[in-house]
Amino acid sequence: MAWMSWTVPTALFFSAIGLILIGMTIWQTVSPSVERQGVIPLPTTRGDRLFIGLLSSAFIHLAFVASTELHVAFATVFCLFWMMAVMRWG
Amino acid sequence: MNKIENNKAWFLVLPVFILVAFSAIIPLMTVVNYSVQDIFDPSTRYFVGTEWFVQVMHDAELQAALLRQFVFSLTILSIEIPLGIGVALLMPTKGKAASLGLILVAIPLLIPWNVVGTIWQIYGRADIGLFGAALNAIGIEYNYASNPTHAWLTVVLMDVWHWTPLVALLCYSGLRAIPEMYYQAARIDKASRWAVFRYIQLPKLTNVLIIGVLLRFMDSFMIYTEPFVLTGGGPGNTTTFLSQSLVKQAIGQFDLGPAAAFSLVYFLIILLVCWLFYTIIMNMQNDKRG
Repeated sequence: MAWMSWTVPTALFFSAIGLILIGMTIWQTVSPSVERQGVIPLPTTRGDRLFIGLLSSAFIHLAFVASTELHVAFATVFCLFWMMAVMRWG
Repeated sequence: MNKIENNKAWFLVLPVFILVAFSAIIPLMTVVNYSVQDIFDPSTRYFVGTEWFVQVMHDAELQAALLRQFVFSLTILSIEIPLGIGVALLMPTKGKAASLGLILVAIPLLIPWNVVGTIWQIYGRADIGLFGAALNAIGIEYNYASNPTHAWLTVVLMDVWHWTPLVALLCYSGLRAIPEMYYQAARIDKASRWAVFRYIQLPKLTNVLIIGVLLRFMDSFMIYTEPFVLTGGGPGNTTTFLSQSLVKQAIGQFDLGPAAAFSLVYFLIILLVCWLFYTIIMNMQNDKRG
């Protein structure tokens, strides 16, 4: 796998994504998601909200690096709360 | 009636998952790895964090290419969708004429992209091209190699020529799927031609049109070969679209880090648009059912 030029942060990032997907699969098996409508004006399942949260987090990170000189970890911390909010109330 | 759920069926998806992993997921992960490093050669690479993303987000040339890309995609969509509907409405529906019509309309779709670029490169030339020479003969000084407006016009015309048939064929199939009883009801009500289009044909075409818009948006947003062959991105950078900028950066200059960062931004934009279209399609289908 050396040709993939791995770094520790990207390995952690993909591990986190992998763990989230495994966790969501187990959660879905134990307690199947029921479609519902929250703040997002669409009926969404748990998986939909995860996707929306991850995609919007990516854009939040891009906007953050484009508009501020602060360390990107601030955006990551903000996105953690953002993800939780989307999953809970989205 | 209770639906029987059998999750073992998911194992049938495994071969596709492995294929997609090899062809898309692993390469994408590699691009993410590249985007945070300065790579000189496979053994000499340095972690730079978000530096390439900062550079890409502030790169005026890439921003201009992104703007051009959106303008191009919206322009060709605003031409190809109504034109495709118009062509589909005019196509013969019965007999040999229908088959002939389908073949004629489909011809541009069968031509490889680089050949389309070459055809239009010659067709548009002021000295030997029919289109270019004809315009010059009637007094319009047309030269796509030196005039940015003419270059844009030619690229847009080329795309419209190449891809309107796809929209037309999609709409044609959509129109053929409308049951005859709708038209019979319209005749009983003495509905005008416009009313038939507005209240029967257009609503019934909604799903194929969404697929058409999605396909054309994605394709036009990734356009590379045709403008590369036709104008080479010029004059200047006026017809340099995102793919061309990316190829220039990744392969021409071998700036793998910034090119990888830019690829990810490009990918996220396409992912966002595809998700929006997917959501609209699914919502419309749910509304119809429910």
